[in-house]
Amino acid sequence: MTISTIFMLFFGGLIPLMLMAYWLARGKAIRLAVEGKGAGTRLHSLPSFHGWYAAIWISLPALASGFLFSVLHLSGLLEVPGPMLLASSFLLAASGLWMGMQHITLDFRARQAVEKVMRGMLFAAATISILTTIGIVLSVVFESIRFFKVISFWDFITGTKWQPDTAFLIGAGRDTTGVAPPLFGSVPVFAGTFMITAIAMLVAVPVGLFSAIYMSEYASFRVRGRLKPMLEILAGIPTVVYGFFAAITISPIVVKVAHAFGLEASYTNALAPGLIMGVMIIPFVSSLSDDVIRAVPQSLRDGSLALGMTKAETIRHIVLPAAMPGIVSAFLLAMSRAIGETMIVVMAAGLRPNLTMNPLEGMTTVTVKIVEALTGDQEFDSAFTLAAFALGLVLLMVTLTLNIVSTIVVRKFKQRYE
Amino acid sequence: MAELMLKSALQSDARKRRRNRADRRFKWYGFTALVLAMAFLVFFFIDIIGKGLPAFQQAEMLVQVSYSEAVKDNYNLALDKISRKLVSRSWLRTIPMMLEDHPELVGTTSEEWVVTDYHIDQFLKGHEGHGLIEKDQKLVEKLCEEGKIKLAFNSGFFTHGDSKMPENAGILASAIGSVLVLLLTMLVAVPIGVMTAIYLEEFAPDNRFTQLIEVNINNLAAIPSILYGLLGLAIFINFMGVPRSSALAGGLTLALMTLPIIIIATRAALRAVPETIREAAYGLGASNLQTVWDHVLPLAKPGILTGAIIGLAQAMGETAPLLIVGMMAYIPEAPHSILEATTVLPAQVYTWSGESIRAFEERTAAGIMVLLAVLLSMNALAVRLRNRSETNW
Repeated sequence: MTISTIFMLFFGGLIPLMLMAYWLARGKAIRLAVEGKGAGTRLHSLPSFHGWYAAIWISLPALASGFLFSVLHLSGLLEVPGPMLLASSFLLAASGLWMGMQHITLDFRARQAVEKVMRGMLFAAATISILTTIGIVLSVVFESIRFFKVISFWDFITGTKWQPDTAFLIGAGRDTTGVAPPLFGSVPVFAGTFMITAIAMLVAVPVGLFSAIYMSEYASFRVRGRLKPMLEILAGIPTVVYGFFAAITISPIVVKVAHAFGLEASYTNALAPGLIMGVMIIPFVSSLSDDVIRAVPQSLRDGSLALGMTKAETIRHIVLPAAMPGIVSAFLLAMSRAIGETMIVVMAAGLRPNLTMNPLEGMTTVTVKIVEALTGDQEFDSAFTLAAFALGLVLLMVTLTLNIVSTIVVRKFKQRYE
Repeated sequence: MAELMLKSALQSDARKRRRNRADRRFKWYGFTALVLAMAFLVFFFIDIIGKGLPAFQQAEMLVQVSYSEAVKDNYNLALDKISRKLVSRSWLRTIPMMLEDHPELVGTTSEEWVVTDYHIDQFLKGHEGHGLIEKDQKLVEKLCEEGKIKLAFNSGFFTHGDSKMPENAGILASAIGSVLVLLLTMLVAVPIGVMTAIYLEEFAPDNRFTQLIEVNINNLAAIPSILYGLLGLAIFINFMGVPRSSALAGGLTLALMTLPIIIIATRAALRAVPETIREAAYGLGASNLQTVWDHVLPLAKPGILTGAIIGLAQAMGETAPLLIVGMMAYIPEAPHSILEATTVLPAQVYTWSGESIRAFEERTAAGIMVLLAVLLSMNALAVRLRNRSETNW
């Protein structure tokens, strides 16, 4: 029996059983109230709650045993054959149903019992988000530790050469004498990331900020209602589409323009993905900036205008400084988007790490290296693939820091004007 | 004295004009920024549509096919020497298989419109680098005049899976993969997301743990999507043993990614339901859970749906985490189960964009057009839902 058939049988069997338990218990509760000993007295809970109660009693033990067996199976402690798993689960379900049916009496508090379980389920759902974070952190940290056992942390952070080509030999346990050792210096990779992010911010900050100023201070309510969704289309376009556009349309244009100025540009230049990434994050800058600018109290503007300032002066000297923390946090958020963006750079930027200040040359980024390392057919044990997790760890830390700082700043800002 | 006053008045007049000019200029900056953004959008759509539109047409050729017994062993014999060179090999190869299925055809001949080789297709569309040799160009031009080669609607694009031959490559397999992955994402992310939001908004005590969950959800929403791919690879594939490249792995990964979006949208929708509704329900003796289930949730439903649609639209366009869990394989056939290797529409766009044959470029753009059409309609639906259900309490 394959895992999928066990799964199908398990849930295919459990759901009809739950329905059956629901109708059985509901019927029993109604019978008790209508014709039983206490006929004429009221049930404490609605009959449907009794039904739910039995359905919970039949499903929870079965689910728990199924879950337990899968955990045991995954951790390799115990191999349970499929039929045995199914049989024991359904046996537990049957005994659960029997237990549940015993509880049903006229004044049994079925509603409270059901609500308690429901609350527990809601709570369990809420913890999944915590588990996700833990999962991300653990998956990145564990593999990174394995990586840093092979490559020293210091070499990784400060090295300026990224030449991992020979890593698979070590991973395969092959003889490595006479072969250059693999180098995992991540400086050029980070440099590429920051170069492309910087280009993106150079596009997104002015365009996004001025768009936000126009929408919040000048545009009429109706125009704003039209413009905002239009701008948000930019954030809704899939990044793989932007990547195609950057690689096929923008890169050749950049090369041509550079050529017209007598400059040499590579087709994998950093400028094209940077520009397109900048366009992509415009809505992140403009939406949040728009919100904070509109949150600045009208009284500040009125005071300034009453003193004879023009509208532009009011915005520049009064509104923007007041909204500055919020605007800065919008920038930080947009920056963390740009740093973590993958498809645009995978498709339009280069693969070769290159430590240079010239945006017309090809360079690579952290995310490109992660994708490159994990999409090949390399063994998962080689330092080459583990490097992806080490890069992921850095990426996680940088973006998390940016987000947390941004959240704190914006919260301070909101407190000031509330 | 009068002179002095006049001078200062003139001065202040000049200064006022300068300030007014600066004022107008400032407004103009804002306007320009918006125009720039819009101009980009227009340029972008024109470029993509211009590149993709030709792919919806495909060169076809009228040929005499003779289904003899010998064709079963050598499909080249089905056509005469000239047309053999011009039609798509991907079609030629299917002839023996078709004869197996329809033995009654053996011995007959028929006239059929058949997809041509991609060089001819590209040549007819006037694309640079079509790669058709001079002699064949003349031949094709002649056949065109005779009406034996024409451009027709490219139905194969919607009914075929991926192929190494551009004329035979289509989006069917990846579209089905996308639907499978999205269904899984929806089944996992929507219930858990809505339940989390209900817990946080209606039940959670105001303590440290609740605050931790809230901060955590906001952070999850901003974590780069590729890190979800690393999570999927390490936990779902390497630890839990979910098959690589499968719809299950992709769906679960995307579900975790979509979760925070759905939670945040649902919480906003629940918060928008006024407290008076809850108090009225309590007043009639409803319990906490009954209030939420029977009164708050129905009122918040449009908002929740809007959030779910937006989250799913984002999941549908996502590529990076799916590449990490292996969904960029060459998949010519639509998957039959969620455990089989699958690809999705954006991943198909990515693999096509990496093909060296130029003819794939227009297919990539056409795939993008389909993807964008679906995503934009999903978003439009979400906006409509939101506008229609906006209630002023």
